[in-house]
Amino acid sequence: MFEIFGIPSTALFGQLLIGLINGSFYALLSLGLAVIFGMLNIINFAHGAQYMMGAFAAFLLLQYLNLNYFAALVLAPVLVGLTGIAIERCMLQWLYKLDHLYGLLLTFGLALIIEGVFRHQYGASGQPYQMPDLLTGGRNLGFMFLPNYRAWVIAVSLVVCLATWFVIERTKLGAYLRAATENPTLVRAFGINVPRMITLTYGFGVALAALAGVLAAPIYNVSPQMGGDLIVVVFAVVVIGGMGSIMGAIVTGFGLGIIEGLTKVFWPEASNTVIFVIMAIVLLVRPAGLFGRRA
Amino acid sequence: MERVVDPLTSVATRSRIDGETIAFVVMVAALVVAPFVAYPVFLMKALCFGLFACAFNLLIGYGGLLSFGHALFFGWASYVAAHMAKVGVISLPYPVGWHAWSWLVIPLPPLPPELAILFGTAVAAVLGVVAGSLAIRRQGIYFAMITLALAQMMYFFALQAKFTGGEDGIQGVPRGRLFGILDLSNELTMYGVVVVVFLGAFLLIHRIIHSPFGEVLKAIRENEARAISLGYKTDRYKLLAFVLSATLAGLAGATKAIVFQLASLTDVHWTMSGEVVLMTLVGGLGTVFGPIVGAVIIVGMQNYLASFGEWVTVIQGVIFVFCVLLFRRGVVGEIAHLFRIRL
Repeated sequence: MFEIFGIPSTALFGQLLIGLINGSFYALLSLGLAVIFGMLNIINFAHGAQYMMGAFAAFLLLQYLNLNYFAALVLAPVLVGLTGIAIERCMLQWLYKLDHLYGLLLTFGLALIIEGVFRHQYGASGQPYQMPDLLTGGRNLGFMFLPNYRAWVIAVSLVVCLATWFVIERTKLGAYLRAATENPTLVRAFGINVPRMITLTYGFGVALAALAGVLAAPIYNVSPQMGGDLIVVVFAVVVIGGMGSIMGAIVTGFGLGIIEGLTKVFWPEASNTVIFVIMAIVLLVRPAGLFGRRA
Repeated sequence: MERVVDPLTSVATRSRIDGETIAFVVMVAALVVAPFVAYPVFLMKALCFGLFACAFNLLIGYGGLLSFGHALFFGWASYVAAHMAKVGVISLPYPVGWHAWSWLVIPLPPLPPELAILFGTAVAAVLGVVAGSLAIRRQGIYFAMITLALAQMMYFFALQAKFTGGEDGIQGVPRGRLFGILDLSNELTMYGVVVVVFLGAFLLIHRIIHSPFGEVLKAIRENEARAISLGYKTDRYKLLAFVLSATLAGLAGATKAIVFQLASLTDVHWTMSGEVVLMTLVGGLGTVFGPIVGAVIIVGMQNYLASFGEWVTVIQGVIFVFCVLLFRRGVVGEIAHLFRIRL
């Protein structure tokens, strides 16, 4: 037991861990937003609602089909991703020719619908979701106690983020994606089905949100409004990072989670607002965002 | 020769004065008759939100800037007005070292309603300057996200600050006597005051839209790069539009606090920002009368569907989706399009 700046080390590392966990969710969500924005030029306001849907999907799969956490970890993103694909086919695809703001407004409406339906069905209070037996417990690292599940969340999130980065930046498929972001008409001329790629991209971004939701389910309760306030913070993260770069979204997500955690140690009252304050400072110093390109 | 067509309103300038004048006369007549037909409280709520939506529309409809954080100005003005009318004492914290705060206390008595509203509006204007100068540094979607994030930050401040009363809000705000003469506890007197405030602000917005400043604003909305190349300092225009919009939104919020004798967290939450977007969208973006019609529709809907609980949110969401997909002109926009007039 030792102290850093007058703060007991366990408290410091404990908050750092919580910061990393929050950072994992920020990274997964802002990554999804960035991927969707890159292809569709739409800010997906329903992202928070889809994150909540992921958590509920895990909850319902356990409740009615008795499918365990690990099955849900795969199935929930697929199912929610499919609803995303339906949304893109039925609604979003008609908006690409309009001002981008209409996409924001439409997905905002969708978020209201989804959250309202779930709140009507399950009430405002949360439903607990059992942590999988395999991941309960924890280990003592000497300077702090590390619960296994928290380590798992950070690891999964890191792996998924890096895999997404690898696919987009280093594979042929990713090259098509990036090319279609730059110039869809030209890519179509090469015989690549760009509309289908756009559909799948939206589905994938939504699935990332749902995955974050499943990861969050055992930590926070599964509740209809779990996504609403989170998405506003993620928007601030996205503004800070700029949506131009995949790696930027990941780094900013984790970094801001850690900063938020540390703020909780040194100045608890400011922990809710620190990300917004950082956003204001970044806007003053570097309006395009830390990793953004000037539009 | 190619005509420049206003994408949001479909202009037919020929009969513009007729349409607007007629609509204005109809509106004033409706405002006079209304208290004998409907509950004054409902009407005052609709008027406050109508003014709020008009202020919001000034920014999106004419400046092309979608603010998703207008609850910030509405809610904070409402808090400040409520506080000034009920308590009056201003305590400002200032730092005296790390983690240490001291309070600068200005002992004011509870203020009469007109000064309370003025105070609330002024605070909204100041917040507008701060939030606006940050937000206009980015365009389009980022602008929306920044305003939303700033509003959320101020929501947390409202949650934690002492004077706002946290979850309880500021309750039992006295309506008082306007200029020391008019007793506002009378519903009809209060209604008259709200109508005067509303019409004054409405005419001001109308004046702004049709002023040279408003024309430059529209030019920026259509093509900012071209406006810059013509020598306009577009950032200044955008900031001024933002501050005007924030101030008028504040006026609406402050008036609402006096009318309902209440300021609460609902008014600063981002769902309120969403609601004002919805009102404007339903009525018609970029139309003069649209936001008012939209506010009446949405407030009326909330009133009559209140017993449906959560379904109100769902219905609002459905209206959002419907408007964006199939009804982008809004009610007033459709009427204006149908009769080829400008409303």
